[in-house]
Amino acid sequence: MTPETKKLEEPGSMSTATPTRAPHSDVPTGHKTDAARVGGGLFDPKQLLKSFPDAVKKLDPRVMIKSPVMFVVLVGSVLTTIFAIKDPTDWFGWAIAAWLWLTTIFANLAEAVAEGRGKAQADTLRKAKTDTVARRLMGKAEERVPGTELRIGDLVVCEAGDIIPGDGDVVEGVASVDESAITGESAPVIRESGGDRSAVTGGTKVLSDRIVIRITTKPGETFIDRMIALVEGAARQKTPNEIALNILLASLTIVFLLAVVTLQPFAKYAGQEQTMIVLVALLVCLIPTTIGALLSAIGIAGMDRLVQRNVLAMSGRAVEAAGDVSTLLLDKTGTITLGNRQAAEFVPVTGVTEAELADAAQLSSLADETPEGRSIVVLAKEKYGLRERHQGELSQADWVAFTAQTRMSGVDVDGRKVRKGAAGSVIRWVTERGGSVIEDADTTANKISQAGGTPLLVAVEDADGARVLGVIHLKDVVKDGMRERFDELRRMGIKTVMITGDNPLTARAIAEEAGVDDFLAEATPEDKMALIKREQAGGKLVAMTGDGTNDAPALAQADVGVAMNTGTSAAKEAGNMVDLDSNPTKLIEIVEIGKQLLITRGALTTFSIANDVAKYFAIIPAMFAVVYPGLDKLNIMDLSSPESAILSAVIFNALIIIALVPLALKGVRYRPTSADKMLRRNLGIYGLGGLIAPFIGIKLIDLLISLIPGIG
Amino acid sequence: MSPILAGVLQLLALIAALALAYRPLGDYMARVYSSPKHLRVEKWIYKAIGANPTAEMRWPAYLRGVLAFSAVSVLFLYVLQRVQGSLPGSLGFSSIDPDQAFNTAASFVSNTNWQSYYGEQAMGHVVQTGGLAVQNFVSAAVGIAVAVALVRGFARSRTGELGNFWADLVRGTVRILVPISVIGAIVLVAAGAIQNFAGIHEVGQFMGGSQQWNGGAVASQEAIKELGTNGGGYFNANSAHPFENPNGFTNLFQIFLILLIPFALTRTFGRMVGSLKQGYAILATMVTIWIGFTALMMWTEFHHGGPAFDVAGGAMEGKETRFGVGGSSIFAVATTLTSTGAVNSFHSSFTGFGGGITMLGMQLGEIAPGGTGSGLYGMLIMAIIAVFIAGLMVGRTPEYLGKKIGTREIKLAACYILITPALVLCFAAAAMALPTPVNSMTNSGAHGFSEILYAYTSAANNNGSAFAGLNADTQWFNTTLGLAMLLGRFLPMVFVLALAGSLAEQKPVPATAGTLRTNKPLFTGLLVGTILIITGLTYFPALALGPLAEGLAS
Repeated sequence: MTPETKKLEEPGSMSTATPTRAPHSDVPTGHKTDAARVGGGLFDPKQLLKSFPDAVKKLDPRVMIKSPVMFVVLVGSVLTTIFAIKDPTDWFGWAIAAWLWLTTIFANLAEAVAEGRGKAQADTLRKAKTDTVARRLMGKAEERVPGTELRIGDLVVCEAGDIIPGDGDVVEGVASVDESAITGESAPVIRESGGDRSAVTGGTKVLSDRIVIRITTKPGETFIDRMIALVEGAARQKTPNEIALNILLASLTIVFLLAVVTLQPFAKYAGQEQTMIVLVALLVCLIPTTIGALLSAIGIAGMDRLVQRNVLAMSGRAVEAAGDVSTLLLDKTGTITLGNRQAAEFVPVTGVTEAELADAAQLSSLADETPEGRSIVVLAKEKYGLRERHQGELSQADWVAFTAQTRMSGVDVDGRKVRKGAAGSVIRWVTERGGSVIEDADTTANKISQAGGTPLLVAVEDADGARVLGVIHLKDVVKDGMRERFDELRRMGIKTVMITGDNPLTARAIAEEAGVDDFLAEATPEDKMALIKREQAGGKLVAMTGDGTNDAPALAQADVGVAMNTGTSAAKEAGNMVDLDSNPTKLIEIVEIGKQLLITRGALTTFSIANDVAKYFAIIPAMFAVVYPGLDKLNIMDLSSPESAILSAVIFNALIIIALVPLALKGVRYRPTSADKMLRRNLGIYGLGGLIAPFIGIKLIDLLISLIPGIG
Repeated sequence: MSPILAGVLQLLALIAALALAYRPLGDYMARVYSSPKHLRVEKWIYKAIGANPTAEMRWPAYLRGVLAFSAVSVLFLYVLQRVQGSLPGSLGFSSIDPDQAFNTAASFVSNTNWQSYYGEQAMGHVVQTGGLAVQNFVSAAVGIAVAVALVRGFARSRTGELGNFWADLVRGTVRILVPISVIGAIVLVAAGAIQNFAGIHEVGQFMGGSQQWNGGAVASQEAIKELGTNGGGYFNANSAHPFENPNGFTNLFQIFLILLIPFALTRTFGRMVGSLKQGYAILATMVTIWIGFTALMMWTEFHHGGPAFDVAGGAMEGKETRFGVGGSSIFAVATTLTSTGAVNSFHSSFTGFGGGITMLGMQLGEIAPGGTGSGLYGMLIMAIIAVFIAGLMVGRTPEYLGKKIGTREIKLAACYILITPALVLCFAAAAMALPTPVNSMTNSGAHGFSEILYAYTSAANNNGSAFAGLNADTQWFNTTLGLAMLLGRFLPMVFVLALAGSLAEQKPVPATAGTLRTNKPLFTGLLVGTILIITGLTYFPALALGPLAEGLAS
């Protein structure tokens, strides 16, 4: 039986062990404004200045060779500098050389800025990773050793105030732990031995009680170490699509290299031999420098956008896969519905008024601190105007708090005993006291169950004996905006499947209300696994979230497996992302970030290639109009002089990189819609825009240059 | 009727005829390459060559078939020319020199049909009909086979198998090329083309002196010359020669034959991948470029100003009066946008822009509609490049026809698009940089450069047409053009087949609303843009120094 089905029968069982911060219930559905949705990474122009030294450091050819396009620019910069030195009086050679160096540095700057943002985050994490002293258990005795000396399997003790020395599982005790060092969330969480909340992370702080931890990770490979490596980009590897794009860019570079290299014999024949400086300038303008310069920054920024949402992707591959996901497995509880069921109505048995029932229900729930219990009090107040009474108001009242064993709560007051709880428990309570359960109550309870709700019975024992007053209808409340969200996903071509431990009837009712495409009821881990494999066999990519140890195989099987940080270490190992906020709704945002990353890459590639057209119109007439005056008709921008035309194209080529850095870091604007609409929009902006923008840009730069005396 | 109207009407008649043939031929070809049955004559051929037509081949095996067959063909053709002098039925012509024999063998096996010889003065009946004409059939069939293998790569899943090369080769020849060219030859004979095995006639000329005319199986070779997008004329004047192309009707009919299979193959493609719309999108891309180029060509040729041109109704130098500017323009575009290379006019005499249009047509990779087979696979490679860039813009890693375009696929496609520009530009640059090749030019200045640029463009793209004027029968040109033709034909095939193998192994990705739809006009527009920008820009500097300099000068 899964935890979820248990909850059905024990509506209050969550109460004892709810984490002190309730991540599921109070998280917005993610249906925020577009700006806040994805993107929105901040970009501060000051970062450009700050990252400048890093950008210069990256001029090392061994680093540059990783981007074939920019390596060609580097070689071009060196060549033009040599030729400028040979003819030091030629201002044109120096100007081109200078701008080619700037082009190279701008590209490095883009990457440095992207990395810089991660570095700041890594520094914060490092502070948490102070050298800790562990209290290692040797048999009964305790010894103090540095945290770095711990080995897998060691047992350590942590008490209030101690920093947990390494990743591990709690094997003894319960404690509240401050995990803000990792999650940034200040409210403490409960960690206890056994079950799904046993994992603790090194660097976090125990706030109360005493726990014994079995270390599960070697020092240096802990979660916090991996996080630091991830956000710093040290562990960054090129993703498959990035590699493929690099190959395409490299081949375009070779094509243009050939076009330029072979131009010299043609030009010589035409009687207009070109200088090396002009040929290099032409080459740099033609090869896709814009995307070549920004490609790695786009990748780093994509990972960074996840980090900003407190999601750690263990591989860039997973982020890319997220864009391709066509099936989302969403846990019902916490993702689609609010974490807890809520009272929706009071159904009295014959002979009892609704008001009477409401009164009894409220009274019996005052001692029930579970969310379900609270919702009954709220309903009584909102629907029947019953003021919430406090336990202290009633003197000589004997409160019966809710426990998982009795599965009932209530109060004994004025010789009257009121009880509310799971159907079985209340019926037993009534019959034990000689009362009989009216058939009415039974049918109502069954009806509620069949409709997907949970019935709670309210009973009373007074002078008239023990009897059932009526039924409280608890039902799942679908989060606001979920239906619209699923409609959007459907338009994007993503199928949503709701996973629940509920019976098929309940599941269907909620699935219909929420508007998901499909549901998996009474789901066991095996069912989940089978579903994922079935979808994958059809060529679909599947994303899911999970936290329990029994989710681990499915998390590993899914193409995008997001483990909740509150989950077990097995789950965290199996998934390829960890959500530090443990908010399953975030899966949708992860998909959007994946898509946005790919779109940004495609848009800037298109822009970069479309730019070439204008550059030809600037440079070719400048190179050959002297020998073939007819070619001056191609100078449709009417640039002032050949030198100014070529220089303007080179300057535009360099400046466009800097101009697009914010876009590369923030990602292009993304709005969930069909592929057709998205393509039309992006082709319009980045394709047509890429054709037109350089005509304007080069002309403007030319105008400025021609103002400089002695030029143009 | 004004010459312009006549040209437009000819174009419309051509479009109507192609549209009529599109469906039946496309569907028929799909059946030919999917049917499990073998004709009796095919079984005899399989027995004779010792091939098992039912054995499925993975891409290396398929490629080995293509290369082995072509290597044997080159060798056979080379030897046949080298021993011509001692063969009967050779009209007394002597054996061909080694460099020219290599060039011609490479040319006909690679479906280029570049001719550095004068047909009527060098090749006898045996070589023309037993050697060159045979290659006209099989080299075209090899092209279609490779295209079909790529289409199977898209259509099949979780298998590396691409069909059987020998079966595809034989079927393409026996069931498609032979029957249509038989009909084509009959039509051409009926319309006035010659078909005989006559010897050489001495004919007196009006102005005194005499001329040698020789007969030959001209109409039959003419039919397959156009149908197989070969282009090697029986006579040196090619389709400008009245024995090959006697009148306006045969002219239009020849253009029809050129475009017939390349366009219809898009239907075959749609059928075989199970979505006719995908085929239409590719067709629309080809048609857009073809019509656009034809319109530009007609515009520049008719527009050419000046009193002499006005009297003639456009630029008539180098054009036959029986075809006019319209018939010549349509032919010139059709022959250079396919890998045909037959000519009915002197491309060298076209206006500067006109010459540029013929060159750019070839430089786009001859994909609109392109050669038999090679046009389709060339276009599909460009579609993969376009999908790769545009696919990203819809937020998914790129996929085409349900297949992911990953690292391996893009690597192969990138290699494919590298080959021809590399061959054209490097060989042309070498020719311009060396002292002797330039001596082959007839003209100086931009036009002279165009001659050489055109020659390598034509060879590497397997077109075969010449800009005229260039004396290409030198050791340098025979050898380098021969190499350009072989490398330009078979290296791309290596990458196409490897790509086909890699696609066939994939499992299909189901299409969703989030998938880029490649069967829509938007995609067609994108594909046209990608082709023009990526391949067009490669050649822009070179074109600027040749046809553009010439065209803009006036």
